[in-house]
Amino acid sequence: MNKIDLHGRIAVVTGGARGIGRAITERFLESGAKVAIWDSDAARMQGTVGELAGDGHRDAVIGCNADITSEMSLRGALDTTLAKFGKVDILINNAGIGGPNVTTWEYPTEEFRRVVEVDLVGVFLGCKVVVPHMIANGYGRIVNVASVAGKEGNPNAPAYSAAKAGVIGLTKSLGKELAKTGVVCNCITPAVALTEILAQGSEEHKQYMLSKIPMGRFLEVGEIGALVAWLSSEDCSFTTGAVIDITGGRATY
Amino acid sequence: MSNQIDLTDRAGIITGGARGIGYAVAERYIASGARVALWDSDAAALSAAQESLRGGDRLVTCLADVSSQPSIEAAFATTLAAFGKVDILVNNAGITGPNHKTWEYSAEDFRKVIDVDLTGVFIGCKVVVPHLVANGYGRIVNVASVAGKEGNPNAPAYSAAKAGVIGLTKSLGKELAKTGVLCNCITPAAAKTDIFRQMTDEHIGFMLSKIPMGRFVEVAEIAALVAWLSSDECSFTTGAVFDITGGRSTY
Repeated sequence: MNKIDLHGRIAVVTGGARGIGRAITERFLESGAKVAIWDSDAARMQGTVGELAGDGHRDAVIGCNADITSEMSLRGALDTTLAKFGKVDILINNAGIGGPNVTTWEYPTEEFRRVVEVDLVGVFLGCKVVVPHMIANGYGRIVNVASVAGKEGNPNAPAYSAAKAGVIGLTKSLGKELAKTGVVCNCITPAVALTEILAQGSEEHKQYMLSKIPMGRFLEVGEIGALVAWLSSEDCSFTTGAVIDITGGRATY
Repeated sequence: MSNQIDLTDRAGIITGGARGIGYAVAERYIASGARVALWDSDAAALSAAQESLRGGDRLVTCLADVSSQPSIEAAFATTLAAFGKVDILVNNAGITGPNHKTWEYSAEDFRKVIDVDLTGVFIGCKVVVPHLVANGYGRIVNVASVAGKEGNPNAPAYSAAKAGVIGLTKSLGKELAKTGVLCNCITPAAAKTDIFRQMTDEHIGFMLSKIPMGRFVEVAEIAALVAWLSSDECSFTTGAVFDITGGRSTY
């Protein structure tokens, strides 16, 4: 296994209490980073932090109860993180919801707005709050968790697909803006991984997504952790505003 | 470069490995525990590289011309005899050709660039892939270029060839999806290597002006990315295109 060097680095992982976010958090801790999980599920987060601290990472991981759709909540989480760890080097905008699976014209407007608010505006707010700190420090690594749905537009997931496409666009803008600051910003476009987000959608949709993957299997969260760890390292120094694929051969661009 | 990529027990082929990007990849592979076969058409450069890399019995060199299938087959036979197996193939050898407008480009130069930069990558894959598939494991990294995405003015042959490498990578990646062999490409922006000697100062200035980060990429940065793509942990990305353009690329 690769030994990614994140010693001395402080990372924020939104939605780090479970799923992809938790896998990223675990890999970060193994790589020597300290991590602040920002999550809206306080109970779940407490459980995760407790388990990780018990695994030998006491003092290396904290949880901040935060709602990524609230700028104020995020500023509070940043204050807490800075008070505890002194700085932030890495930001993983991972928190997201899938929304229900319904055709576009039948999609409830309220649900559409909700998915866009969490999955796109939430990513924007995370960047808005943390980026000035990184620029002031002359160093940063941001990884936004988009989705192959953002490239392709999955049927019956218009809100999710639009929001994730938006994350890709945002990443490209921000990457260019930050090009000379020492802060690098990229996104990843995973195909479907077996996490709890799937419970929000239908079994039919899950099988649809699986059928699209040439490798013929689901992505494992540990594989995402491996990729994100590299993208969060110093060695990722000349790629920014880019879209990194992890779809088992599904994506065509 | 602070990450320790794990290529223990892996044997990798690097075409055009005697200089520039290929040489930097070789350095990083050796530091990552791999054995390396440098294939190059420049005998003097190969000999110098062998000395400076100090790979001992973890390094073999083969004089090879990527546009010649018999030459590549012979290099592969030599490599297998030395290492017993191959796990990784980096199709890196390339030329830029001169800088001229498309309609003023000589047909001979155009064909030469395609033959080395595109057909040479195809030949490398053709010769090595069956072995990787038989072993149920492989990592292929094709060195394309941002020119393949964008089409640089006054470099039509290079741009077309590199666009071809991207297309080839996508086809091959899908074909290999269930074999344990993964194939991706990288699209670097300009790195200051000997290849610059083939280009005009004007073209070099053009390329630099396109990079938001405002500098050329260092070969070690490319090697860092290639090393990760060559590792076990790159396990669910195939037929993909990895950007390393300092913010230049828009897709």
